[in-house]
Amino acid sequence: MPLLNTLLRDYGMVFVLLLLCAFFSVVTISDQSPRGEAAAAQVAADIKKSHGPAPQVLLAVGDQPDDAAFASSLERILSAQGARVAAVARGEPKDARQAMETLAAAGTRLDVIACTPAARSWLVFAQVDRDFPALGTPHLLAPRSYRWPNFLKSENLLNITNQIAVIAIIAIGMTMVIITGGIDLSVGSLLALSAVLTARFIRDHAGGVDASAGGMVLCALAAIAACSAVGAFSGLMITRFRIPPFIVTLAMMLVGSGLAYTLAGGQSIYQLPESFIWLGRGADLAGLPNAVVLMLALYAAAHILMSRMKLGRHLYAVGGNREAARLSGVAVPRVLMTAYIVSAALAGLGGVIMASQLKSGSATYGNMYELYVIAAVVVGGASLSGGAGKMPGTLIGAFTIAVIQNGMNLTNVESYTQKVVLGLVILGAVLLDTLRHRHAGTSTP
Amino acid sequence: MPDPPPPLLEMSGIVKSFPGVRALRGVNLRLAAGEVLALLGENGAGKSTLIKVLGGAQSADEGAISLNGRPVTLRSPQEARRAGIAVIYQEFNLVPGLTAVENIFLGRESTRAGFLARTDERRRIDALFQRLGADFDPAVPCRALTTAQQQLVEIAKALAFEARLLVMDEPTAALTAHEVDRLFTLIRDLKRRGLGIIYISHRLEEITTLADRVTILRDGRNVGERPIADITRREMIEMMVGRELQDEFPPRTPALGEVRLEVRGLRRGRAVRDVSFDVRRGEIVGIAGLVGAGRTETVRLLFGADAREAGDIRLDGRPLDLRSPQDAINAGIGLLTEDRKHQGLVLAHSVRDNFALPNLDRLSRHGFVRQPQEREEFARYVDRLGIRIPHQEQHAGNLSGGNQQKVVLAKWLARNCEVLLFDEPTRGIDAGAKYEIYQLLNDLAAHGKAIIMISSELPELIGMADRILVMHDGRLTGEITDARHATQEAIMHLAIA
Repeated sequence: MPLLNTLLRDYGMVFVLLLLCAFFSVVTISDQSPRGEAAAAQVAADIKKSHGPAPQVLLAVGDQPDDAAFASSLERILSAQGARVAAVARGEPKDARQAMETLAAAGTRLDVIACTPAARSWLVFAQVDRDFPALGTPHLLAPRSYRWPNFLKSENLLNITNQIAVIAIIAIGMTMVIITGGIDLSVGSLLALSAVLTARFIRDHAGGVDASAGGMVLCALAAIAACSAVGAFSGLMITRFRIPPFIVTLAMMLVGSGLAYTLAGGQSIYQLPESFIWLGRGADLAGLPNAVVLMLALYAAAHILMSRMKLGRHLYAVGGNREAARLSGVAVPRVLMTAYIVSAALAGLGGVIMASQLKSGSATYGNMYELYVIAAVVVGGASLSGGAGKMPGTLIGAFTIAVIQNGMNLTNVESYTQKVVLGLVILGAVLLDTLRHRHAGTSTP
Repeated sequence: MPDPPPPLLEMSGIVKSFPGVRALRGVNLRLAAGEVLALLGENGAGKSTLIKVLGGAQSADEGAISLNGRPVTLRSPQEARRAGIAVIYQEFNLVPGLTAVENIFLGRESTRAGFLARTDERRRIDALFQRLGADFDPAVPCRALTTAQQQLVEIAKALAFEARLLVMDEPTAALTAHEVDRLFTLIRDLKRRGLGIIYISHRLEEITTLADRVTILRDGRNVGERPIADITRREMIEMMVGRELQDEFPPRTPALGEVRLEVRGLRRGRAVRDVSFDVRRGEIVGIAGLVGAGRTETVRLLFGADAREAGDIRLDGRPLDLRSPQDAINAGIGLLTEDRKHQGLVLAHSVRDNFALPNLDRLSRHGFVRQPQEREEFARYVDRLGIRIPHQEQHAGNLSGGNQQKVVLAKWLARNCEVLLFDEPTRGIDAGAKYEIYQLLNDLAAHGKAIIMISSELPELIGMADRILVMHDGRLTGEITDARHATQEAIMHLAIA
């Protein structure tokens, strides 16, 4: 299969990622009970199967939010099926006892008591036929539990994507920089700077908690623009004065972090409107978090840029052989400038998203993020010597890191141990990739 | 009568395969002590693989190697070195930041009580340098040395550890004529001291003057072995290419038009001093001179690759202000650099990407590359130039020198350049591909292009150029208008000035 071969060659890390997912799926298998509407549908089907279409039913649920959804949706389905819901007991065991006493007094016979898994173990239901002989011998029914990995629950999977969105978005710019043969250590600090700037702009200039949507967008754009200016400055130092990128961006990392602390006055800025969390916590498109949608859109655009556009070719050429690119008429300084500006701008965007997720701006955000971002890019197969790397690879790299972190959280690995494991896994993943390339690489005489 | 002593080196039935390629198919080679054996063959004939096997850099799949009659296995460069085999590859193995002394003793530093015995090392090097006639300071970093000096360091490295067998791969590729003379004197001296020397070169004149015997490889097999006295230059070429050769240079009937390129008072530091000349439509102008005479620097100024301090450049009467290669490319000037690997190609990228690089503005719309058009256009040039590649995604680094040069040429032809600057266009290219490149040059000239060609191979300049400019020490020191009847002596006389 040529498609499989291409996938293997370009994105071998996919298999490491799948292997990790499989591993964490196996180790996090546990009992799951359905809740809410899903549970109601299942119980309704069970009732219909065992008692025909028209039994007498008592509903008994606790006082959790899911329980109310379960009760109301079960009541609706049962009525539609033609069953008679004799009573609905919500709250505590004593509410259920009261309901049963009322029903017994009225001489109602019950066929089924439908309840939540928690209510099923209530003492009041232990011996219904002896305590309330008037009700007959009702059958106690609760949603059946099933075995499923905690890792593969849809909330958890969304959680992973949501957590990695910021790192993955910044990794787009980092991939471009690394493909040119450079590095950008300033992204973590620029993230913090952007979060603080966005929050300050909103607090001081857009009306704080009463800020309008347009005002907030302008504030975020201003913060991103400020980060881009830092990126442009780095690019200028690198191209005009030929200072190594490592040193320039190391300096900018300190400058950015220091500025962020100064501007934040050493504390978090939280005077932000409720609606500010739309970007970071909202989920408007088919249940996907907005940050994840934005991330996917940016990756699609970046992939097209790198594989189909002139600028992408130039980035690869500059990283592959700068002198050959220059002598082929590539405007090397402009290409490098673009890479560092994009990297800084995306770090700024990451800051806005993080401020939105946490509904505040703080200079402590993004600490060590540059390292996670670089790790994602490298795990994704880009070469630190430049000229090679792909956007989908970086996305896979980011997910690999997220899955490892999430999996260890689910399996209660201590956070210090997590760092050790993460470090070793990154090394192992890249080692595997290198060996695979060496094996596949054809040497010529 | 006693048996003759076993030869210094005997390699027999050497087979080596790479994925998809059988590089060596049973090669035999003998070398006696005190003998210079020339190893000849086109690129891809298996010479490099054979010496890598000998140097321990690659291990043979089959075959036996014996030294002085004793079988040896050479599994690593260290083992080969211990066995007394020193290989000097075309790209030197020197650490640029270390001095000659440090490089020579690298990995085998002599120590006294754990400290480097520096005076001891230095004394040995001084003795060695004197023997080699090396008159430079061994305490300066190697990056500050000329190519010839670095080569001497490599030779000193081999001798410092008592090599009995010295392999030299294209040792004169980057040397000036004078340096070549000194190298030959040295090789003859080493030979007298009983070293066996395997000498690889594309320059047949060198082989004729230097070697005792020649072994010729083609397609991974031996195709001939003769004492040098019993073989003509023509026979050597014919054995290499496997067919009878008519002429080294294609016939050329120049049709010169009006002046296209005018260069006046070009200047940059000490490298280029007040250089003025013209190139006509349909003309091939050769530039001769020693390495460092300012030839490469001159064409780089014409391409905007370096900034000029003074000078006017006009193309078809229009003055050009070239501040970057982009400006030159937009004006219709193309440069084929002398160093394809470092300046001409992105080796790790596909040949098609390399081809497209200077043409992307033409091949893209609204920033998007029009890939079908790109593929089709490249295919046309692959056809036209006879570039031999399995597919367009082939990495440029995996091609032979001739094919690489054709890819670089395709880059500029697709740009429709009016002025083409060729810096050593046939360096490291085998005889068959050279002829094709010459034909392309003629073809371009016939289409009215103005061509400048730098070459260190004087026969090539005489055979191809209509006019030859000679440079020395940054200046034009002469012009030979009737290039066809120039002699190498006349050119050298001007080049040494």
